[in-house]
Amino acid sequence: MIRYLLRRLLYAVPILLGVNLLTFCLFFMVNTPDDIARMHLGVKHVNHAAILNWEHSHGYDLPLFYNRHETSWHTLTDTLFVHKSLSMFTLHFGLSDDGRDIAREIRQRAGPSLSIALPAFIIGLGTNISLALMLVWMRAGLADRVGVIIAVALMSVSGLFYIIGGQFVIAHLWRWVPISGFVPGVDSWRFVLLPIAISVIAGIGNGMRWYRSIFLEEIGKDYVRTARAKGLDESRILFRHVLKNGMIPILTGAVAVLPLLFMGSLLTESFFGIPGLGSYVVDAIQSQDFAVVRAMVFIGSALYLIGLWLTDIAYGWVDPRVRLS
Amino acid sequence: MTQWQPVILWTDGLAWFGIALMLILLFASRAQMRAGWQRLWQHPLAVVSMLILLCYGSIGLLDSLHYRVRLPTINKRVQYSVTVYSVLDALLTPLRTHNETSYAAPLARRAFSATPERHAGGEVVEVRKPLQLGGHTPPHARMELALRGALYGGITGIGLLLAIVFIIRTFAARTTAPEQHVAPDPEPKFSWPKFSWPKFPWPKFPWPKFPWRSFSLTLLFLSMLIGSTIELAGNFHVFGTNEIGQDVLYDSIKSVRTGLMMGCLATLVTLPLAVGLGLAAGYFGGWVDDLVQYIYTTLNAIPSVLLIAATVLLMQGFIETHPAMFDSTASRSDIRLLFLCVILGMTNWTGLCRILRGETLKLRELDYVQAARAFGVPSWRILWQHLLPNLSHLILISLVMDFSGLVLAEAVLSYIGVGVDPSTHSWGNMINAARLELSREPVIWWPLMAAFIGMFTLVLAANLFADAVREAFDPLAKR
Repeated sequence: MIRYLLRRLLYAVPILLGVNLLTFCLFFMVNTPDDIARMHLGVKHVNHAAILNWEHSHGYDLPLFYNRHETSWHTLTDTLFVHKSLSMFTLHFGLSDDGRDIAREIRQRAGPSLSIALPAFIIGLGTNISLALMLVWMRAGLADRVGVIIAVALMSVSGLFYIIGGQFVIAHLWRWVPISGFVPGVDSWRFVLLPIAISVIAGIGNGMRWYRSIFLEEIGKDYVRTARAKGLDESRILFRHVLKNGMIPILTGAVAVLPLLFMGSLLTESFFGIPGLGSYVVDAIQSQDFAVVRAMVFIGSALYLIGLWLTDIAYGWVDPRVRLS
Repeated sequence: MTQWQPVILWTDGLAWFGIALMLILLFASRAQMRAGWQRLWQHPLAVVSMLILLCYGSIGLLDSLHYRVRLPTINKRVQYSVTVYSVLDALLTPLRTHNETSYAAPLARRAFSATPERHAGGEVVEVRKPLQLGGHTPPHARMELALRGALYGGITGIGLLLAIVFIIRTFAARTTAPEQHVAPDPEPKFSWPKFSWPKFPWPKFPWPKFPWRSFSLTLLFLSMLIGSTIELAGNFHVFGTNEIGQDVLYDSIKSVRTGLMMGCLATLVTLPLAVGLGLAAGYFGGWVDDLVQYIYTTLNAIPSVLLIAATVLLMQGFIETHPAMFDSTASRSDIRLLFLCVILGMTNWTGLCRILRGETLKLRELDYVQAARAFGVPSWRILWQHLLPNLSHLILISLVMDFSGLVLAEAVLSYIGVGVDPSTHSWGNMINAARLELSREPVIWWPLMAAFIGMFTLVLAANLFADAVREAFDPLAKR
């Protein structure tokens, strides 16, 4: 068991290396440090000395893979690939373009991100499961069809409209909560209420439909027929048997995205001015800070792979038929 | 001498190519898909959403035929204007040319905000000036115009319907086999007298259970809606104007092309990657399979928004440092749109590839493939003739299901700042511009509303259609 899990964890290493190499190619070979420097210093009015100076101050003045000016192993280690890309495996992300330590920034911003993403995820899961069960309870009737059509309609609204609409009605017209902003600590509840509510509502369409189809699949299985034949009433079948079995795919799916909650939500955070990782990414993209984008790509991929790994564990843990070996 | 010169932008050419490719693929696998199409076209929602999608599609295609106007000849040299117009622009000329100075509410006759004006007596009065378009139309004309347009549209719609029915009955019916006899349902013992629609000779071919009622009602509704919009748009700004006085309806209609391009071109990129790699991995197995799996797991691991953002930023840098390659703003924004579609396609193929790989693994072991192998049929031929047609329903389902997501992604990417060029008409750009207008007092809501309606209708239709397609083609789906 433990050996299996360790082996699965080792599978992640080549993939992470691939991600690392891919981002390195994108950021250093397609777009050379010269180009990046030129973009930051302004395309037109820039001379060679200014570019060299910028590269030196940001640590970009090294060769890509092989350093001829060094001796022994330094020919391979004193390169951009090792300094800027491989160093991420040791969680050294370097400095952002405005000179701040990226690793420290990420640690600080994970909290606010989680304070929205985690409650939104849990409440959303609960809401979607209950709504889906409700639809399954009334399956094949008018309510079910209307419910599915509402779910499709909810899915068809862009996430931007949920945020803009919710901000406008609840915060601007009714003035229940502040429009945007954040304070650390317990007082933040006023600020996170609306983002959480909007994230939950925006996810209902998709989640409800997805879980409904899972439950419907379960309800067609043999054990349900057996339960009916035993004379169990419908509510018992639904809440004891179908719910429990349907939770297997739902929970394992949830476990896969659990680590990614750290990344926060790009749209919600930047609309509500929450200093989390989502808005960090948006800011970095808008100010073309490639160092931050690279770091976030690495962390995002690592979290995704952890999610895959956790799914493996969860399958073996929840479903005794799956044996890990 | 012609007065105009056709211009084929990259996205135009690819869009037409994509449509041709799609039709060829569908034709090639028609035998395997026939039952699916039959099932699809008896689903009322599929027919209704298809009609709406067709409306959007024709707007997008009209907007993909570009041309340049010839300028007056100087020194006997033929010159063409720098600005590129599309056929749609030519049709919408009144909307494009009647620009106001600033905001105007939907169907308004006077400007939204007052401007100071000096009267003859010397006093300064705040006046809301009458608009260029709508300012001189009598106030009661709106209802009249709308009703007249609906009437005209309705008549056109009925004419169109009759024409369709006539064409199918005269041309298609001859080639069909004799009608199948359907056993009538056993009569219930007692039933209330039911309202029955007047019998009409609806054609039974090509799809015996085609929901003609939903089809004709939707066609009628759409043509009435379009009719009254056309009538109103000639005399008013139907959705008002934006901050710089441009017609919002025009903006929203022009955005249709961008949205559709996102969905279609990204798909066009997805298709060869997913199909090629998925089939190869499933059929050949071994190291090919390992490699393909490694590639898609790696690509999947990268958060897609970040990958898209990073590549778009790099592309922006490339365009900035090579201005000579893109001669006009139109071609620059077009290249940017194309590039965005390519990137979206590159990040989007993994799902379909995984499905196709799994399915090919299964099909490979079936007897007919084994037999073909034993006969020494070359691999490419097995893949092309025996495997691909039997996977085409999966491809179709997956493409249709992904379409709406791509349209929605455009808006989000534009908001983050890595979307289409700011000069391109798109719903994302409209939302982006309209976001701050909501906090004004009094509220400017119409640009946002126009973008919402345009986008929501398209995505809803695409989602409903995708559901119907999955139900009709997926052998595992519940019916």
